[in-house]
Formats: sequence, structure tokens, C-alpha cells
Amino acid sequence: MKALAARRHHRSAPVVLLLLALLVTGGLYAALVPSSAGAAEATARDIEYGSELFQANCATCHGMNAEGTQDAPSLIGVGAASVDFQVSTGRMPMEANGPQALAKPPQLTDEQVAALAAYVASLGYGPAIPTAEQVDPAEGDPANGMQLFRTNCAMCHNAVGAGGALSEGKFAPALWDSTPTVIYEAMVTGPQAMPVFNDANLTPEEKRDVISYILAQRDGSPGGIELGALGPVSEGMWAWIVGIGLLVACSVWIGAKSS
Amino acid sequence: MTDHNSSTDLTPRGGGDGRLPARFTDPGHAPHKLRRADVDPDANKRAERQVVLLFGVSILGTIGFLVAYALVRPGETIGSMRLSNLLLGLGLFLGMFGIGAAAVHWAKTLMNDHEVSQERHTLISSPETRAAAVQDLKDGAADSSIGRRGVLKGAMVSALALAPLSIAVPLIGEVGEDWDISKFGRTIWAKGVRLAQDPSGRPIRAAEVTIGSAFHVIPDNLEEFEHPLDEKAKAIVLMVRMDPRDLKEAPGREGWSYEGIVAYSKVCTHVGCPVALYEQQTHHLLCPCHQSTFDLADGAKVVFGPANRPLPQLPISVDDEGYLVAQSDFLEPVGPSYWERLK
Repeated sequence: MKALAARRHHRSAPVVLLLLALLVTGGLYAALVPSSAGAAEATARDIEYGSELFQANCATCHGMNAEGTQDAPSLIGVGAASVDFQVSTGRMPMEANGPQALAKPPQLTDEQVAALAAYVASLGYGPAIPTAEQVDPAEGDPANGMQLFRTNCAMCHNAVGAGGALSEGKFAPALWDSTPTVIYEAMVTGPQAMPVFNDANLTPEEKRDVISYILAQRDGSPGGIELGALGPVSEGMWAWIVGIGLLVACSVWIGAKSS
Repeated sequence: MTDHNSSTDLTPRGGGDGRLPARFTDPGHAPHKLRRADVDPDANKRAERQVVLLFGVSILGTIGFLVAYALVRPGETIGSMRLSNLLLGLGLFLGMFGIGAAAVHWAKTLMNDHEVSQERHTLISSPETRAAAVQDLKDGAADSSIGRRGVLKGAMVSALALAPLSIAVPLIGEVGEDWDISKFGRTIWAKGVRLAQDPSGRPIRAAEVTIGSAFHVIPDNLEEFEHPLDEKAKAIVLMVRMDPRDLKEAPGREGWSYEGIVAYSKVCTHVGCPVALYEQQTHHLLCPCHQSTFDLADGAKVVFGPANRPLPQLPISVDDEGYLVAQSDFLEPVGPSYWERLK
């Protein structure tokens, strides 16, 4: 690494970097494009497998043909993104009725989620699962993402994505562990209490900026310990109990007579 | 050691028969106890070493601060900023706290600890002095003959009363160049102004607003104004679309929405926080400050919390090109309920 660092100002360094970048871009393109073509080939088999999974795991509430029942909404037209969000985060299949479906360890494997998503996507047109490039935080602009996050997201999800309370037991979850794909899917599908942010509201580039901002918050705060980034409650506890406690201890020590 | 009888000294020195004594006496100081450092030379030496140690902590802290300032600069990464802040703060803390703790420890263990009483006399002046002061005032009033010269008294009172105006009038006059307070009841929304997205300023087409969407909206003409941020603060709007079958519209407001798209002021009617926590399934809008909850499906009626009137609704429609536009300004003042007085 030292040798590399020493030569970073070398005259040919930009050329080498450019070549590397081209190689990586080309490699990613080659890796991604055939895979989507492969997905198209596998669709028929996936859909059949997904249909079986649906009958076993989802049909009790969502109906035999995903048409919805009085307990659960219709899934026709919700798209693959919605299935991937709900099932890969473990929110569905739902454990118990409550104010909202909670995230838990996923109940299906990645292949099963993909098959289920392909089945539900085959029922009607809906948002697709985003590509790796669409959610790549390195390509987003975190500064623009911050403006968008503050306007559209921060009131529920907290200024740095630490989450917050809503009404009647519902809450906006913390975003510390959410993958970029899941964040994108949540924006585009509007799960549960969350509103939909379609591509006219936040363009795909703006969604990537938002993801870039959220991921930048995971490096922590320059001020030190964040105390959960929850604002006055945790910071106030710290200031009143630890801070004032130390001041009281100092006062007692100053006032006590030396033995 | 003093011998005066203070009226504030309430230590009873009774005869032990349960009755209060006729008078209280000053018990004086408790007997002076020598500290270990006073009697034991080793303890004295140890206390001195402790004070030196505390000063040493301060010296090390200050040197540490300077070293950190010179060598550990905040860089591009959050981690380097955090490390720099931590070391600077720690050095500063040790540098200051060491001096303070050393001074206190020095005074407590090594300096003399004999109690000293300060005598106090009563604060009130003697009756003679007070009577003389009152007499001086009376003599002065008689000498000025203010009681007889009525015009002179009036002139003096007028001059004294008017003099502060030379300070007060400019102060109050400079508070605002414009005393037209009715403008606080209006916003820059007007007939035909397009609804644009905050912060990008893109105008919004009705077809782009899918069911379940929440758009944060500013007027399209915002940048034309001299103080766009001031205007934005009043004019911000939350626009959502719901299934038109869920929408209950009050008589007279049927034409204010567009195919399930409704737009409401984002300024809470309680104390003016931006109220924007929209739950798309219940159509409830929650204010983060005091939990006022508004039902957007039912005219933004207050369903919970301290707000006492619904959010003002912005009447909207669609122009020839399919963009959402305002039909007019809000028909009532936005913001906290103070403005109900103007209605």
C-alpha cells in the first residue's frame, strides 16, 4: 500500500485510474446484464415455484390468487419490489396482528424470495427490484440526499435515520441496518404507514442520493458518542445524571473538611 | 470567639426540664480539630505530593492538547474529526480540572483551617440620621416653593414625561417598516400558481401523484419574491392522494380536491410546527411537536392532541398542461390559532 500511496501523484496515475474504472464498469455491466437475461429465462419455472410458495405461506390471508381478503390487501400490481421488501426483511409472513408488521429474521431463503417476487410480479405490473447500480451509494450525492431526506423523510425517520414514533403504536423504523436495496424498495412501494415516493416524486437519481446520505450517517458523529442519535431524551439523561452528578460530587468534595 | 447574642441563633441551652430557656446563647465554634497533615509530617509531605501530582496532571493535559492540536488534525473522515475532538477536549479538561483540583486540595490540606468570625452591625441607620434626611428633603421642597408655583410644577412634569420619547419613538418605529399586520393572514398562493416540489422546485403533474403518495409542496413562483424563505415558511403545503372513495368532503369544498388529491397547509394550527408525519393507510397526519393528529380524509379534522382547528385546505385544480395549480390562496389564515381572532 505504501508503494501505491507514494505513486499516487505519478503522471500516469489518472490514466491508470481511468483504465481501472473502465474495467470495473465493464465488468459490472457484463455481470449484471446476462443475469437479468437469465432471470427472464428462469421466469416460468420461478413463477411456478413462487406460486407454490405463495399457496403455502401467503394465501391464508392474501387469498388463493392474491386477490386479498378482509384481513389483508390484494397483492395484484404491488410488484416484485414490494415482495422483496416485505419478505426479505422478515415482515411477511406476519407473525401476529398488531399495529404494524415487525422486521424479524427472514422466513424464506433468497431464492425463495426471488421466486415469490417473480410470481407476484407476474400477476400485474408493479415496481421491480432495483439494480445494484440504482442503489449504489458511491454514485449518489449525499449533500443533495440530505436536503431530500430532511424534507421527505426526517420528520418520521429522525434527522440521521434513527427512527421515531408514530400514532397508536406504529413507528418509523431505524435505518441503521437497512440495505440500500431495501431502502429503495421502501421508497418506491410505501410499505404500511409509509407514503409512496414514486419516480416522479423522488427520481431514481434522487433516491440514490437519499441512500447515499443514509449510509453516510453510519460513520457516526464527529461530536463523539451519539447516544442513539435520539436527541434530547438520551442526551438529557446523560447531562442530568452523569454531568450534574459529577458537579454535585465535586461540590461535596470542595465543601468537605480535610480529615 | 464572640460573646454577642444573635437573635438568629436558635440553639437552645435549656435546663433539661423540657421547657425552652428564656434566651438563646451563641454556642461559638466547635473545638478546633487538627488535621493529619497538621500533626503528622509524613501526611503533610503526602498532601504536598498530591497537590504537585494534580498540577502535573494539568501540565500533561495542556501539553497533550498542544500535541493533539499539532499532530492529530481533523481530516476528511468522520473518524478523524471525532478523534481530534476527543483529544482536544480531553487535554483541555485535564489542563483546567488539574489546576482547580490542585488549588482546592492545597487549600484544604496545607493552608491553615482556623475558623474566623466576622462581626456584623445592624444595617439600619440611627433614628437621628433618618430624621435629618427626611428634614433635608422637606427643607428642599419648601425652598423650591413647588407647592405654590403650579405652572412651574406642570412644566417640569411635562418635560420629564416627554424626554424618554426621544429614545422610545425611534426604537418602536424601527421595529418594522411595515405595520400592515393583515399580511400575516395571507400567503403567496394565488389563482393559477403551480404546485412545485420542495426542495427541487419541479412542478407536479396530477398524473404523477399515485395513490398513497405524499408530496411536500412549495409555490412555483417562490423565487420571484424578495424573501423566499419567509414566504416559504407560510406557504408550505403537504399534498397526498388517496382513494377518492375514502375522502369525505365538507359541503362547499367539493371542488377543492382533484381525484383524491388533497393539499393542506403544513403549519400546525397549535403552535406552528411543520406537521408532516403522514400515515398513508389511516390518512392521519401527526405533528411531531405535541402529537396533534389530523385526519386528511375528513377535512384535516383534529382527531387527537392540543390543536383546536383543522389545517387550512388549499383549493387545487389542474391547468391545461396537466399540472396541479392553486384555485386561490388559503381561505383562512394559516398557522397557530391566534389568527382566529381576525376571522
